[in-house]
Amino acid sequence: MKTRGKSIAVLIVLAVVAIVLNLIALFGIGDSHAFGLKSIKRGLDLNGGVSIVYQADKEDVTDDDMRAAIGLIQSRLDRRNWTEAEVARQGSNRIRVEIPGVEDAESAIEELGKTAQLSFVDEEGNILVTGDMIEEAHMEVGAVSMDSASSPYVAIKFNEEGTAAFAEATRNNVGKSILIVMDDEIISAPIVNSAIENGEAMITGNFTGESAQELADLIQEGSMPFGLEVIEMNNIGARLGSNAISTSLMAAFVGVGLVLLFMLIFYRLGGFAADWALCIYMGLEVIFLSGFNVTLTLPGIAGVILSVGMAVDANVIIFERLKEEIAMGKTMRSAVRNSFSRAFPAILDGNITTLIAAFVLYFMGTGTIKGFAITLMMGIILSMFTAIVITRFIIMGIIGLGINNPRLFAVKPKLTVVENKNSNKGGNEK
Amino acid sequence: MSIVKNRFKFFAVSAVLIICGLVAMIINAAGGKGIFNFDIEFTGGTEITVNFENEPSSDEIAKVITDITGQRTPQVQKLVGTNGFTIKMQSIDSQTRTDVVNGLKSSFSLSDDDILSVQDISGTISGEMQKTAVLAVFVACICMLVYITIRFNNFKMGVSAILALLHDVFIMLAFYAVFRIPVNNSFIAALLTVLGYSINATIVIFDRIRENSRKMDRDSTQKIIDTSIFQTMRRSVYTSLTTLFAIGAVFVFGVDSVREFALPMMVGIISGAYSSVCLSGSLWYAFLGAKGRKE
Repeated sequence: MKTRGKSIAVLIVLAVVAIVLNLIALFGIGDSHAFGLKSIKRGLDLNGGVSIVYQADKEDVTDDDMRAAIGLIQSRLDRRNWTEAEVARQGSNRIRVEIPGVEDAESAIEELGKTAQLSFVDEEGNILVTGDMIEEAHMEVGAVSMDSASSPYVAIKFNEEGTAAFAEATRNNVGKSILIVMDDEIISAPIVNSAIENGEAMITGNFTGESAQELADLIQEGSMPFGLEVIEMNNIGARLGSNAISTSLMAAFVGVGLVLLFMLIFYRLGGFAADWALCIYMGLEVIFLSGFNVTLTLPGIAGVILSVGMAVDANVIIFERLKEEIAMGKTMRSAVRNSFSRAFPAILDGNITTLIAAFVLYFMGTGTIKGFAITLMMGIILSMFTAIVITRFIIMGIIGLGINNPRLFAVKPKLTVVENKNSNKGGNEK
Repeated sequence: MSIVKNRFKFFAVSAVLIICGLVAMIINAAGGKGIFNFDIEFTGGTEITVNFENEPSSDEIAKVITDITGQRTPQVQKLVGTNGFTIKMQSIDSQTRTDVVNGLKSSFSLSDDDILSVQDISGTISGEMQKTAVLAVFVACICMLVYITIRFNNFKMGVSAILALLHDVFIMLAFYAVFRIPVNNSFIAALLTVLGYSINATIVIFDRIRENSRKMDRDSTQKIIDTSIFQTMRRSVYTSLTTLFAIGAVFVFGVDSVREFALPMMVGIISGAYSSVCLSGSLWYAFLGAKGRKE
């Protein structure tokens, strides 16, 4: 029979799809475990690490200032070799920094947010020139005075404003020293021999090539356009994270297992088809999480598990419809068709409203809660596809094999249908 | 049995539960503990979670904190079922945090590993959080009202559904207040998820009411509503069960921070199922008024 052959083909294809998707989900592709569980990006609450939110200490900041500040923090992160760290602007005047697996969070917080204010101060402590008047700073090597050996120093070039200020400062301080102060620390205290009018100066001291370079970098980038205030900080130890992963996996296994079992018991073959679709759904979910680089957080995992519970809702609605269609005397095949199409509006409505809730959460929530909103949204959309499209193919395939006794789908055949209240419980009730 | 005929009994049950919550809030507020057990995300402050192998008393821990920070009343809470404690205090700066952590480590001979988490939230953030929580629920309700009104072309149905939703919000608030569940970031997530879930259940019922109104044009409105509710009853129960299984597993096996959000969510899902089945249809019936109904 032709339809039979087609049904077998459909079922085999779907079985292969389910197996392949789940194998990819479990092991990933290639050495990088692409699309697999292992390559899913984990949030700080799972991996341990620190997240910090800085806020500029003034109200009206320009986009340029924000970019400069973010760049500055980025380069400080790079200097400490925190390559996995992420810096992002949040709202108008905030910067969120996330550093996974950092040991000494408190020192990181202090260092990253430093203004690194460089200033030139006279002996009485008056500030003469500030760091934002510096156009450029770089390390050079050479003899810094007539009789010294060649050594590294930092060359500074002032902008117009700085040139004027520095010229005046040196004029007024001939024979005295000008202190070069970085973040309250005196790095060098040269004595002024004569007024410097050309806007160029050098900082000398006990530098190695490396430390001179470091100071030059600090001065160059060091003009943080505003002070940064830490308004939120969260440091999660690695231990809490690893606990969270193992317990969440356990929760996922048990939760999903119970849902699969429930469907099988109450809807038998229908439940089997729904479970099959659910397996495809779970494989897809992992692949999507991994493929789209979604950062999985602890609430995010709860969202995934929750979406499994909700995913079968569509199937429950459909199978309840199926019972009614059979009760009206339809053949199995047309009853299945009708139940899918009739249940669709209710399923769509329900999912759209849950999506609305998830959207609101995504746009208004912060931090890990955004992760929950994302996995919930993804779960809703994917599950609607598997619960409606995939389940339908599977059930039609099963029926196509000639397995179409309604009892196998936990549906009472037409003849025994009576008004529910009066039916005798010992009979065909399940 | 008719749901609609018994509507006042159901309304009464809900009212009693919500009043219990309000009473708990008033008692808590009067006792100086605050209407809810707000976490630092809502109040601002510093929170340190520590694993103590040698199980010190809360007072011993509090003393160490007081000695270092000068704050008289740090709150020390044991995490149920673990050796962990959370310590909440007013916000302290980076240097003091380092001192506190080092102080705890030396006083109770802890390793780096035992400091499970350190969190500090400024007043700026906590103030925004409070506003966001209220606003998020409000925005979600409005969006759903708009959707459901357009979808059913029936404002009264929309309002009934939203009232059923607000009922769920209040039941959850009551639960948070009575059982002193920490109100934090995940509180908003739990609330909105339940809203989405509950409206879903209501829509399935209203969808059926609309379908049956066409089919059962000689029956009374009350009969149409009751029939619709019972026809979708199995769906309401089964879906609640599968969702409860999933989130229940998270509650049983999860770590504390997710348990705190799984439990109220379970309560909300039960409340959502109850409000959809027992309240939403009856509310619509009430809104129709004597003139709008068919007897």
